[in-house]
Amino acid sequence: MSTEGVNNGRRRFLIATTSAVGATGVGFASVPFIKSWMPSAKAQAGGAPVTVNIDALEVGQLLKVQWRGQTIGILRRSEESLALLPEVDDQLRDPDSLESEQPQFAKNEARASRPEFLVVNMHCTHLGCVPQLLPEVRPEPFDENWKGGFFCPCHKSRFDMSGRVYRGVPAPKNLRIPQYSYITDQTLLIGVAPAGEA
Amino acid sequence: MKKLHLTLAFCLVTLGFTGGVSGNSEEEHLEHAGINVRDVAAVQRGAKWFVNYCFSCHSAQYMRYNRLSEDLDLGEEAVMQNLVFSGAKIGDTMDIAMKPDQAVRWFGKAPPDLSLVGRSRGADWLFTYLKTFYQDKSGKWNNLTLPNAAMPHVLWQLQGIQKPVYIADGNAQVIGHLELAVEGLQTPEEYEQTVRDLVTFLDYLGEPAKLERKSIGIWVMLFLAVFALLAFALKAEFWRDIH
Amino acid sequence: MDKPASTLTRKAGELMNWVDERLPVTQFYNDHLAKYYAPKNFNFWYYMGSLALLALVMQIVTGIFLTMNYKPSADMAFASVEFIMRDVDFGWLIRYMHSTGASLLFIVVYLHMFRALLYGSHRKPRELLWVIGVFIYLALMAEAFMGYVLPWGQMSYWGAQVIINLFGAIPGIGEPLTEWIRGDYFISDATLNRFFALHVIAIPLALLVLVVLHLAALHQTGSNNPDGIEIKKFKDDKGIPLDGIPFHPYYTVKDIFGVSMFLLIMAFIIFFWPEAGGMFLEPDNFVPADPLVTPIHIKPVWYFTPFYAILKAVPDKLIGVLLMGASVLILFFVPWIDRAPVKSIRYRGLQYKVMLGLFAVAFIRLGMLGMAEGTPNQTIEMRVWTFVYFAFFILLFFLSPKEKTKPVPQRVTH
Repeated sequence: MSTEGVNNGRRRFLIATTSAVGATGVGFASVPFIKSWMPSAKAQAGGAPVTVNIDALEVGQLLKVQWRGQTIGILRRSEESLALLPEVDDQLRDPDSLESEQPQFAKNEARASRPEFLVVNMHCTHLGCVPQLLPEVRPEPFDENWKGGFFCPCHKSRFDMSGRVYRGVPAPKNLRIPQYSYITDQTLLIGVAPAGEA
Repeated sequence: MKKLHLTLAFCLVTLGFTGGVSGNSEEEHLEHAGINVRDVAAVQRGAKWFVNYCFSCHSAQYMRYNRLSEDLDLGEEAVMQNLVFSGAKIGDTMDIAMKPDQAVRWFGKAPPDLSLVGRSRGADWLFTYLKTFYQDKSGKWNNLTLPNAAMPHVLWQLQGIQKPVYIADGNAQVIGHLELAVEGLQTPEEYEQTVRDLVTFLDYLGEPAKLERKSIGIWVMLFLAVFALLAFALKAEFWRDIH
Repeated sequence: MDKPASTLTRKAGELMNWVDERLPVTQFYNDHLAKYYAPKNFNFWYYMGSLALLALVMQIVTGIFLTMNYKPSADMAFASVEFIMRDVDFGWLIRYMHSTGASLLFIVVYLHMFRALLYGSHRKPRELLWVIGVFIYLALMAEAFMGYVLPWGQMSYWGAQVIINLFGAIPGIGEPLTEWIRGDYFISDATLNRFFALHVIAIPLALLVLVVLHLAALHQTGSNNPDGIEIKKFKDDKGIPLDGIPFHPYYTVKDIFGVSMFLLIMAFIIFFWPEAGGMFLEPDNFVPADPLVTPIHIKPVWYFTPFYAILKAVPDKLIGVLLMGASVLILFFVPWIDRAPVKSIRYRGLQYKVMLGLFAVAFIRLGMLGMAEGTPNQTIEMRVWTFVYFAFFILLFFLSPKEKTKPVPQRVTH
């Protein structure tokens, strides 16, 4: 074996080129493996939008549906509940929903496109438990001046009738509002934004 | 080295001689289906035939409707209107309402799911099968390719009714060939096209990724060919050192 | 004048020193790559070892990803494989890589074993290397058999049924033994689940240990070569074999080329011919397992069919099982059966060439017959080739010491 007369330039070029192409190949080859971790067609089908008929929903009634593994609550609010919303503003962490997650159309006091119906992700923003609905305006053990809202039994977080979080509780943010739209006046489509909006 | 080549040649000749001895005698003659799964129009037509004639009894439980809309260049709406008759959603799999135990009660044997029949039977078998239904003397349906099949001839209105023509084989009477005794709504050529389309669809149904696999494959082979050339040049360059 | 080492090179050197004081990385690199000397006359047959290692690694990687979506229960296994094929992004590609890789691994391993018979790689001092190799082969057979059961198709189920029933032929303990293997009175979910555990973790671990031992044994003696001579006999004044070249860069670079050709073949099959005419993926396995319906034609995957043919050739169940077992186990003894004065076929007479050629034909022909139905003519032929198969070993034992050989050169040729 002799290493005399070795054209080092050519050798280096070939090493570099082959390595580069080889590394590219390894990169391409890893794509299917990485992509195989994306949600499968089955998961995507399961994550598909959910249609809800709100025809029979009565005032003060809460309907719960599943969407993407989350419990979504649809609450039909009374005029009185809606009128009381401004009164608790000063007790809330984020009354204007600046920090919380909701579609553009829900960045208002009622946190909904149609104020009568609250469509809300029922998982407490603390650690994910599902709070109870306590719509009655009456003193509660945790709040003498309770104006109605949601109470989470796990760590005692409280939210108002728009899902906005009170100060002084473990939960950091208002309940999330999912993307939704109305197909008809009676049919809600959870997971799809209204036409023309993001 | 010469002896090695001679020995190699001897081995290959021996192999060649003995290779011809036994063949597979169980396959009867199958007609060549001549399908082209690249023909999207054919797969679309086949999907329509499938959903209208087969899908009431046979599920396609591993196929999702939305995949049909993508692969067959149909929109989701077209799929929902033309291919979905149950209350299924676009992302659902093509299941049927009939339960297996009901099926056994009604048909004697549960009609099998057809998602993979294109792979387990093959296009030629399916093509021949759908063309060799006949009515025997007692008016019962039978099939030359799958004798005593529990399945009736679902497509009889299109093909018409075939009857067997018997010939003598020793002392027994065997079926020589089938003849069209009653005409159907389609001519034999039209029916053959229908069956071909349906089999094309079943071939697609068995492996929806087939076309994608082949198109990616071309690029992979090209890339590997380039890499192999470079690797060879690299090897040759280093091996100049040796000898 | 040489430039002083750059800061980066200096720092890298210091880092390596730090590591080497704690873990002998550089020494390992030298002992097994840069200063491991391999004969310079390796030919085509010498690609197979590195290719087998590559194929094994690919099986493990694709296998891990398949396990992420596969469900090892009788009611969900088949559906989960179709889920991988259809619903998981690129699941079909990972599946085909695994099924194709398995068959290619066997092709490479068979060629690798044949190389040994050609050049005497099983002879002293490499007997243990060969024996470890046969253990690897057995582990691979178990791994492949169990892997094929997992999709739970008709061939998975009935293939398992037939092979496990073979153990029932053993007198006395046969029946309880098959029950113990199955974990049930028939092939069932219990069987599937335990095969999954063995296939995914137990046998792969055993394989890794065996491969490490195999490589360690190889590096202890050094590689054989097509001339069958020991290159360590003639060393230069630095102790380097005259006919040796450092494995790195010469054989790393050559093996990379070998890998590229192997991947080309593998890619062709994966992307254009994954079923390989029904040999790599059998049509019956696209039908879910049905204990009530026996397939017309039960046969193992192609890499087992030579031994299956030997089993079928014998009319008695127990003797058939024993002969089939013997046909595999006899491989262990090859280093002591082959007693020729020289190692490589290049310097052996016509006699060995004919015998080995016939052995190869017998193996291939038995493989083809193992796939076929088993007509009376085929059965006769299977018996003929079974005889040839065993005759090879028997004749080799008695005739090899007195073989007429040619003078073996001192230094390697090509």
